Amino acid sequence: MSLVREGRAWLFGDDINTDLIFPNRAMRLPLEEQHREVFSANRPGWVDQVAPGDIIVGGNNFGMGSGRPVGRLLASCGIAGVLANSVNGLCLRNCVSFGLPALTAHGVTELFEDGERVWVDYATGRIKNLDRNTSMEATGLPRLFQELVEGGGAIPMLIKEGWIEAEPRLAAAT
Amino acid sequence: MGSTIIEKILARASNREVVRPGDIVVCRPDMVVQLDLLLTIEGFWHRPKKLFDPDRVALVFDHAIPAPSIKDASGMVEGRAFAKQFGLKNFFDVGQHGICHVVIAENGLARPGELLVCADSHTCAAGAFNCAGRGAGPVDTLQAMTKGEIWYPVSETVRYEFEGELPPHVSGKDVFFHIAQEWGGHSNLSMEFGGPALAQLKMTDRRTIATMCAEVSAEFAIFDYDAETAAYLSGRMDRPPEPVAADPDANYHDVRRVDLGTLEPYVMYPDAVPNNGVRISEFPEDVAIDQAFVGSCANGKIEDLRVAAEIVRGRKVAPGVRFIVTPGSQQVFLQAAKEGLIEVLSEAGAVVTNSTCGACFGYHMGVLAPGEVCITASTRNFKGRMGSPDAKVYMGSPATVAASAIAGVIADPRWITG
Repeated sequence: MSLVREGRAWLFGDDINTDLIFPNRAMRLPLEEQHREVFSANRPGWVDQVAPGDIIVGGNNFGMGSGRPVGRLLASCGIAGVLANSVNGLCLRNCVSFGLPALTAHGVTELFEDGERVWVDYATGRIKNLDRNTSMEATGLPRLFQELVEGGGAIPMLIKEGWIEAEPRLAAAT
Repeated sequence: MGSTIIEKILARASNREVVRPGDIVVCRPDMVVQLDLLLTIEGFWHRPKKLFDPDRVALVFDHAIPAPSIKDASGMVEGRAFAKQFGLKNFFDVGQHGICHVVIAENGLARPGELLVCADSHTCAAGAFNCAGRGAGPVDTLQAMTKGEIWYPVSETVRYEFEGELPPHVSGKDVFFHIAQEWGGHSNLSMEFGGPALAQLKMTDRRTIATMCAEVSAEFAIFDYDAETAAYLSGRMDRPPEPVAADPDANYHDVRRVDLGTLEPYVMYPDAVPNNGVRISEFPEDVAIDQAFVGSCANGKIEDLRVAAEIVRGRKVAPGVRFIVTPGSQQVFLQAAKEGLIEVLSEAGAVVTNSTCGACFGYHMGVLAPGEVCITASTRNFKGRMGSPDAKVYMGSPATVAASAIAGVIADPRWITG
């Protein structure tokens, strides 16, 4: 599976936190509805504008805060990858472990405006603005993270290796 | 070149001689802790078929206790079945429950020199006991409890050296706020605490500081081991401690000195912690509050409840203010009852709740309405954290929060205790 992603940029500022990405209201919702709450506090309506393949371009410390599995939720919105001036350590974990590539690329917010077309190779760290024909280089994902993303995250691996049940256990609906 | 505490623990856990910043290491955890909420939120819980070591896997019910919804109740039914299937000896059901980081501390599950894995972001709380922990998220925790493997990028470490002695009514919370105010975020950095004044810094303050390091986005946060650590852990652990000290020639990103004697209470403004506060003597506004909260893994300790009770003793919570106090664990609740703290708080007009994460993450037992203002001694003040995104959440120490509950406005605890 290639680690190249191409899609429209959605720009966000510094210190976008987990509670904005995954508000507590989403916690009791069925899986297929949880993503409706993403960015509802800071960017209402965003979930209706985002299209499959789009890419988040965040500022410093993107995804700071809690252990909420934000990568899964962003992927449910159609997001194909995250780029940020810096990706928070726990957020990075909660992205690549769910198969969503996330990369720190210092200055990446300077390269894009909202809606411009992004091309990124998460393996090499090469990033292009296809609309302006500009580009930058970041350090690509380490091999371990590449493998996680290529495998769709840790859950398929744990299922395949026989560590966990194939189907999630779902708590009863409220 | 020597190693920091975290580098040494990660080296031991990954079976390497040394690790250095920039490495990514795969470690074997010494303890893995699972929570109720991760069994409740749909899509993230696949029941394990096998565990790497059932004696090193704990299950704690904390976030939604007792169940405020059918969904939460149902998640805990699954938790009980999981605990029974694997015969978990460290299972803390309703009645033995508490906020996981408090339960972990009380039961000696965060052991010096060891590596503790838990999904929750405040797992750095373990660092108070010279134990390495950082939030791991739900999937990595699942991998840790089954396969017995978890990866960590090794980051550089900032060393904090404490000097001096804390003034009255200034606590670990204010020490942390000072660090967050002076030095801001610590993204992709670990934090290490020690220095000549460490011996005077009580375990309750260390636990608050370690827990709060999640709020400056630290990787790991860890304290030196000393007599205070040994005294707290005495009788709580089922194996001897193997504390780890940094080498004298360890390489640090920076070494910073904190003179505890110069500190005063801080107030942090809503929506963020790093560089977002002010010393309370410089807090310019007369901010009226609707709710005051003392609780969470950071400030639900018995010492926090004692501070709150002492300030409100013989006084009344201001009209129109709700003062909610949530003990960090059932053990803390029981101790508070024995000491008469629940009586003192209740007589003052406070509400003492059952132990749970509750109001800290805006899930139940103290959720804020749009337009309301809260001052909290808990972990986090993000927009919407404690309820409506249109509520404002200020942060202070338990003393500052209790004083504010009495005053009805954000208040300096040194003034009210005169």
